[in-house]
Amino acid sequence: MEYKDYYKILGVPRDASPDDVKHAYRRLARKYHPDVSKEPDAEARFKEVNEANEVLKDPEKRAAYDALGDQWRAGQDFRPPPGGGTWHREYRFSAEDAGQFSDFFTSLFGGGFGRGGEDLFKQRGQDQTVRVEISLEDAYRGATRQLRLETPEIDKHGRMHTRSRTLNVRIPQGVTQGQQIRLAGQGTPGSRGAPAGDLYLEIAFLPHHLFRAEGKDIFLRLPVAPWEAALGATVTVPTLGGSVSLRIPAGSQSGRHLRLKGRGLPGNPRGDEYVLLEIAVPPAHTPEEKEEFRRMAKVFSFDPRAKLGG
Amino acid sequence: MAETTKDLEGVVLDEALSITLAELSAVCRASDQTVRLMVHEGLLRPLGERPDQWRFSGAQIRRARRAVRLQRDLELNLAGAALALELLDQIDALQARIRNLEFQLGSHTEE
Repeated sequence: MEYKDYYKILGVPRDASPDDVKHAYRRLARKYHPDVSKEPDAEARFKEVNEANEVLKDPEKRAAYDALGDQWRAGQDFRPPPGGGTWHREYRFSAEDAGQFSDFFTSLFGGGFGRGGEDLFKQRGQDQTVRVEISLEDAYRGATRQLRLETPEIDKHGRMHTRSRTLNVRIPQGVTQGQQIRLAGQGTPGSRGAPAGDLYLEIAFLPHHLFRAEGKDIFLRLPVAPWEAALGATVTVPTLGGSVSLRIPAGSQSGRHLRLKGRGLPGNPRGDEYVLLEIAVPPAHTPEEKEEFRRMAKVFSFDPRAKLGG
Repeated sequence: MAETTKDLEGVVLDEALSITLAELSAVCRASDQTVRLMVHEGLLRPLGERPDQWRFSGAQIRRARRAVRLQRDLELNLAGAALALELLDQIDALQARIRNLEFQLGSHTEE
């Protein structure tokens, strides 16, 4: 297993005072807390910071850690000293804490879970939150996702193992960005027959090449020809449920929103699809095409910059 | 290392969901008193007048869990957690608005 440099993780010197440790921890916890941070690896960083703090804030654990010496480097292969039993004696953690700590931590301080069949506290398992990325089409139709979860578990000898589980989870239709799905009892198992924690799936939409979702509403940019916008037209428009006909009112301008009621994500009420008109100017390549634009310039008395003054 | 496969259906924490004070406390692993204080702080906004009539939506569950975690992990008091959540809400709203404006400008699809 890898040696962890807890001082380096908190960014404090080896002779840092308890106060220095506390402040460094708070600063980093604010930076990497998964509820606050937008950093992509926030969760992993937060666990690391939390673990470092757990050791360095406690004089006994810090002394045991310091006793390893300062010759170790972060990431170096670490073997606990022989007769490691002495290390394990004093510490006892809840199963909730254990799930958060690294192998390195557990080898130093033990699972601590009442070695050799001592009585344990019954401890409810920890809640887990997992981000699930789905497409807008999946949200529209509903989907099944296969999730592979790593779950820490304490065996009857008080040792910690990682068990991998695969869950097939139904994502119902109409879920929205950031929404959570709660699966009761599917989190980390409890110790000594206590109930398991809950599993939360947090929905994140993958980027879509046409649509953007806001809540249950869907937005689409729709290019139209100048004559379609000026004269009105009926055009074919994609929606999540397939193509539909949309009537463009005569005299439409770029930036106009048209609403396709009920064509957004399903629900009660259903979302709508908003179509944003965008007038596309046809390129003039041939002499005839150029002539057509010159004719328009003559026929229209049109100043697109009339409102700019000057 | 055993592996199990299960087919599961969860509960979507949306606006259609409506749970009581006791249910919310159980879901958050917090005491009734903690949830009451979060309501009084304005951090949670249930429907209903009296605590026994309170009903919390799915979005409120997520908010309550976040508030509990922030208080525990960042050693914040209730007012601090409430302020953090309000600011996080504002950031989310501003980011949604930026994405919306970018979409209207076409800056995200331009090739």
